[in-house]
Amino acid sequence: MEKMPKWADIALIPLLNLTLAFGISMLVILAIGQDPIEAVKLMVSGALGSTYGWGYTLYYATNFIFTGLAVSIAFKAALFNIGGEGQAALGGLGVALVCLYIPFPHWSVAIIFAMLGGAVFGAAWAAIPAYLQAKRGSHVVITTIMFNFIAASLLNYLLVNVLRPKGAMDPASAKFPETTNLPTFHEMLEPLGIAFSKSAPVNISLLIALLACVLVYILMWRTRIGYEIRAFGESPSASVYAGISPLKITMIAMLLSGGLAGMMSINNTMGESERLIINSIEGAGFIGIAVALMGRNHPFGVLLAALLFGFLYQGGGELALWMSIPRELVLVIQGLVILFTGALDNMIRIPVERMFIRAAKRKEA
Amino acid sequence: MAGPQNAKGQQATAAPSSVPTTAPAIELRGISKAFGPVQANKDISISVQPGTIHGIIGENGAGKSTLMSILYGFYKADEGEIYIHGHETQIPDSQAAINAGIGMVFQHFKLVENFSVLENVILGVEDGALLRPSLAKARKALQALADEYELRVDPDALIEDLGVGMQQRVEILKALYRRADILILDEPTGVLTPAEADHLFRILEGLRAQGKTIILITHKLREIMEITDTVSVMRRGQMTATVKTKDTTPEQLAELMVGRKVLLHVDKAPAHVGEKMLEVANLRVIDDQGVERLKGIDLTIRAGEILGIAGVSGNGQTDLMEVLGGYAKATGSIRVNGQELDLTGKHSDARSRRKRGIAHVPEDRQSRGLIMEFPAWQNIAFGYHHEPEFQKNALLMDNAAMVEIAQDKMDRFDVRPPNPQLAAKSFSGGNQQKIIVAREIERNPDLLIVGQPTRGVDIGAIEFIHQQIVALRDQGKAILLVSVELEEILSLSDRIAVMFDGKIMGERLPAETDEKELGLLMAGVVNDKNAVKEGAV
Repeated sequence: MEKMPKWADIALIPLLNLTLAFGISMLVILAIGQDPIEAVKLMVSGALGSTYGWGYTLYYATNFIFTGLAVSIAFKAALFNIGGEGQAALGGLGVALVCLYIPFPHWSVAIIFAMLGGAVFGAAWAAIPAYLQAKRGSHVVITTIMFNFIAASLLNYLLVNVLRPKGAMDPASAKFPETTNLPTFHEMLEPLGIAFSKSAPVNISLLIALLACVLVYILMWRTRIGYEIRAFGESPSASVYAGISPLKITMIAMLLSGGLAGMMSINNTMGESERLIINSIEGAGFIGIAVALMGRNHPFGVLLAALLFGFLYQGGGELALWMSIPRELVLVIQGLVILFTGALDNMIRIPVERMFIRAAKRKEA
Repeated sequence: MAGPQNAKGQQATAAPSSVPTTAPAIELRGISKAFGPVQANKDISISVQPGTIHGIIGENGAGKSTLMSILYGFYKADEGEIYIHGHETQIPDSQAAINAGIGMVFQHFKLVENFSVLENVILGVEDGALLRPSLAKARKALQALADEYELRVDPDALIEDLGVGMQQRVEILKALYRRADILILDEPTGVLTPAEADHLFRILEGLRAQGKTIILITHKLREIMEITDTVSVMRRGQMTATVKTKDTTPEQLAELMVGRKVLLHVDKAPAHVGEKMLEVANLRVIDDQGVERLKGIDLTIRAGEILGIAGVSGNGQTDLMEVLGGYAKATGSIRVNGQELDLTGKHSDARSRRKRGIAHVPEDRQSRGLIMEFPAWQNIAFGYHHEPEFQKNALLMDNAAMVEIAQDKMDRFDVRPPNPQLAAKSFSGGNQQKIIVAREIERNPDLLIVGQPTRGVDIGAIEFIHQQIVALRDQGKAILLVSVELEEILSLSDRIAVMFDGKIMGERLPAETDEKELGLLMAGVVNDKNAVKEGAV
């Protein structure tokens, strides 16, 4: 007998969690002497009120889809990959090297190689912690977080000493050639007669992210390797009994995870900045953890959660810009959402479950 | 808490046995407890006379342990009252239970492994901040208890150096030291050899003679018949009967437990043995700690034969099955159907073993045999998920075919409920085991390894699983059966090998041996007069 209907689990609980998070956020805004209603209005209009706002919301969401999928795949194999930040940074390096050093005739060719470059570099960065976990039992949480620091330092070094063009003042690579510039929504929608903000960074990478959601779903629930990953994640001891190699699954799951994190850089590096800049990931690797948690490690859930966090990111930015609400408070709101949807999930879940069980009993009686 | 309907329940409970001369040691009236939608105990009333041994028997999941946990203060009953020696008593926690004179010996001991016996006994009831006076007092008290009840244990021995039988005695001493006069034992013989179990029963009889009241929870009918005065039968959270042991029979109890007539013994024709199917020679396993777990095992099983391996758990049976199943490395030689198996290299994994025609029902179905969170249809392919019938094409698995195959197997193996979409964890132990047996037997293996096929499985399903194993044997397959239940070994096997300390102590034919002799072998005592002669089978 199920404790509660599936729709309650998937929709009602996250909704209640969000309501609570926003409710408390509004109290906090009230406490610092600002008008919470005004703030909400500003967030919504800033993130969703114009194609400019949508353009940023979807741009952030694209990043979070990639990193959220990355975390969720590893999580399905019971591996907590918190190295998305470093893997995405290395992915950025891969994308930059491909764009800078291979001459491409057209962006459509460039994006395929850039995706490969980002994925290979991201996966390679995840491979070492994965191997250490599988062979030596070094906990992947510890090693991936350390690899984040190493990645940050490595990129710092490369951008300052190696990739920075002569005479440039900021630690960034040279501009990528024009033929690698990805079409933005503005450029894609103009021929169709739809006006979309010219300055919004959302680009064709969003479609690739959506495709990635579908492919991850097929991989996890329709293929043998997905079956093995999920089995291993649920029970390593049973997997050994079934002839599934822990080394193989740990490596595959982490490589896929790192590869997806690395692919994020086609959006921010190739699509937006069009050169490799320092600290280009801006915490998207960590947001990916919250996105995966809230999305229940399911690609569709990850998509929805990524959209929500995209909204929070963009709306929060507007809040800081137009009201005298400090930028830190935006972090508080994001933190509350993560807290309620992730960590405090059971706080709401258990009373709701009880409610459903009571209702079911009353029906019987 | 008590609703008005309890008053009625109370009258219905009127003493089941003879006219009580004193108040019952324990009386439960109308106890109910639900976990979410599951009604674990429903309106249970029993009364236990002082100075008796009262058995509580029922299948796994019948609610025995829940009831005892309520009595010991681990759970709070939703409804009902508890009377101890005629006084209504609230038991909100285990301290209250101890204060009321209730002691509990758990199935899994709650001892500190690297403490001495004495230290374990006083744990939680020390007199003050300094240990020395408490220890001295306990030493004296333990001596007195040992004299009174024949409960001898070296007070200074470390728990980790003691055998399970001794550890259990420490648990009993702990309860007695806390002045328990009602002792609850939860499946106490599960880990004991027959000799140790006999000794435990003598101790219990001694305690009864001293006026202690004992509640014995078990699923073994033999123990109930042997030692209890009265027995209560539980089924699906309800108390179905309370009878005097001398007025009942094992068959009647089994019927009360299951709700229908059951066959308590296995019907099987004599074995028709063929070629050697499994040959194990000088098999050795050294574990991660460098301990030699298997010390040179030699075994042969022929086609159409069931070889039963008896032994107290932890004497190498698990290691033997892990090697055969392909998840432990070993040295020596194993030949299946005349062909050597890879014991250390690339082909020593479980998948390679399956390819060689070895199917495996593992000892621990929850941590090995099934993915508890997966629906039944995904578990039906588990371990065989590379097989062509589960693939749609080179890339994708055929989920529809998996559901269909699962449905078919579940129907034929009478898995209840026959719904392949349900997660493995929502099935009872017996039905989980049927899913595994269906998966493994239907592969038509040359060799089937079966570990504890009926552990935690209800009587009805035991009957079915035994029939399936015998049917496979009759098709000319070889079967290696490992079980800690001697009754099961004796009734199913065509030949019995006894394992002790990583070695085979000897082989016997079931018709020419008995539990007593096997029990001695299980304890490492060899007496070769009944040994199977070479080529006797």
